[in-house]
Amino acid sequence: MPTSPTATSHCEPAASKLDERSLALRRTIVRMMAAGKRGHLGSALSLVEILRVLYDDILRYDPTRPLWPSRDRCILSKGHGCLALYAILAEKGFFPASELWKFCHEDGILGGHPERGKVPGVEASTGSLGHGLAIGIGFALSARLARATHRIVVIMSDGESNEGSVWEAAMCAGKHGLSQLTVLIDYNKQQSYGSTFEVLDLEPFGEKWRAFGFSVEEVDGHSLSALRSVLTRVPLHPRQPSAIICHTVKGKGVPFAEGNPAWHHKNKVVDEDVQALLAALEPRDAQNLP
Amino acid sequence: MRKTCLDMVYELAKADDRIVFIGSDLGPGTLQQFKAEMPERFFMEGVSEATIVGMAAGLAMEGKIPYVNTIATFLTRRCFEQIVVDLCLHQANVRLIGNGGGLVYAPLGPTHLAIEDVAILRALPHMTIVAPADAKEMRRLMPATVNYPGPMYIRLAKGNDLIVTRDDRPFEIGKAVVMREGSDALLVTTGVTLQVALEAAEMLGGQGLTVGIVHLPTIKPLDTEAVLRMAAAVPVVVTVEEHSVIGGLGSAVAEVVAEASFRPARRFKRIGLPDTFPDRYGSQAGLMKQYAITSEQVASTITQLLNDATQGVHLLTDPLSR
Repeated sequence: MPTSPTATSHCEPAASKLDERSLALRRTIVRMMAAGKRGHLGSALSLVEILRVLYDDILRYDPTRPLWPSRDRCILSKGHGCLALYAILAEKGFFPASELWKFCHEDGILGGHPERGKVPGVEASTGSLGHGLAIGIGFALSARLARATHRIVVIMSDGESNEGSVWEAAMCAGKHGLSQLTVLIDYNKQQSYGSTFEVLDLEPFGEKWRAFGFSVEEVDGHSLSALRSVLTRVPLHPRQPSAIICHTVKGKGVPFAEGNPAWHHKNKVVDEDVQALLAALEPRDAQNLP
Repeated sequence: MRKTCLDMVYELAKADDRIVFIGSDLGPGTLQQFKAEMPERFFMEGVSEATIVGMAAGLAMEGKIPYVNTIATFLTRRCFEQIVVDLCLHQANVRLIGNGGGLVYAPLGPTHLAIEDVAILRALPHMTIVAPADAKEMRRLMPATVNYPGPMYIRLAKGNDLIVTRDDRPFEIGKAVVMREGSDALLVTTGVTLQVALEAAEMLGGQGLTVGIVHLPTIKPLDTEAVLRMAAAVPVVVTVEEHSVIGGLGSAVAEVVAEASFRPARRFKRIGLPDTFPDRYGSQAGLMKQYAITSEQVASTITQLLNDATQGVHLLTDPLSR
């Protein structure tokens, strides 16, 4: 299978160690999946550190006022990664944690893809790929009209970048020089069928974003310090939107799920699956890791 | 009608800073004055319908009221999923202004003929669809579009269309306009086919028949109360539209008339485009004639249905009532 030198030269996400909080968030994700008996596990596990750094350190928001006009807007354009978003939003108090255990239930607000208006903190209903960036452009243009300083973050996936609408929107964001807009790409290099290099190679990925008018940086998407460092520096250019390509591992934290397309989406999740996943995500002490 | 519509966008935007305009690579000079006076709210984007609809959704979610304009087929076919997800699912207050509804772009061929736009948009929750008959009705419509909730599709005709509507009352979105009452047949129209219906009613009037006309400048939500009230007074109902007979005005009216279970059942016919891609060029009027969307065809259809009714052809009477 062909691999891309650019994709791995900047960082080694596979080597990044997860701390207790990252493991705990992943256990929450697994328990939600157990409650719903389904979910896009691999796509959520690659996102955890990106969302964690955003919601811990970068974004301005008030969970008691989810529509506070001055909040930063974060769109999860790869809506199938919502298990990770739900875990963070609940932790931050946007909705009661009890909702997590009703994932995909008839009486729950948390579906297999996030919905605006139903889930406090969700800025756009996503699920069909390739929609979030254009909506984010609308948010950014509106902010510009209002002379507002809040930021717009759009989190996308690599498979999502197969969509023509992504590049149409990227060209538009570049044209408008939307420095308030930051695109974060969860580049775990696996899509549903298999490797992105095999299904539809995105490389040279960073150069593509640059060619569309973005300032680009590539980071280890599981390194808290690398993510903090780059996100505290955006906009990377005063008159350009920023694209941060986050090199990640699909299924990060669960060795048997890492890079394994079988864990992109699971339904009919059984207790044995859950036990194995939780065992892999036990606290470090219990795992006897260095 | 198009000029009136865009002029109104400019007028409305001057009075309401929530209004923004988004075009998709339109002709040079489009809304020049808007651009000169309100440049921050004027966006001329590329040939990228998916992006402009998503962008409009984002602007609307932030409280703006975007008016988006391009050719009707591109604005409905290309970005259909953006209309479904970004606009309808989010109930975004975006107005899609589709140039050349129906057969307007006849010389340009089937890629430019919006013959199923109403059908595909009518199936979408929260979508409103309007198709005024002339420039004066467009002028009355536009102020009502500003604060109407949810996404809206404004279907434009060719321009310089005959003025057939009256200025005696404001446009109410969702309300039918009863043009004339009649007891022999009812014609239901939308957009510029109101002209065809008026001519047909005149022709039939010469034969001693009184034909009612209900004009539906709003196709969705359909004014079912008005349609059913008018249909109750006649044995024959005929719809006339510049659109495929599948899924448009005729289908919408057929649905409510069928579900009303009139006794005796109403004779019903849809006049519109058959289930085919028009394969000739020429002019809008030429294609209308080719596909028999004409006053002559409407008049002869009504006459035929009335004859059938008189002669008891098919099931005129509800068998249960015998």
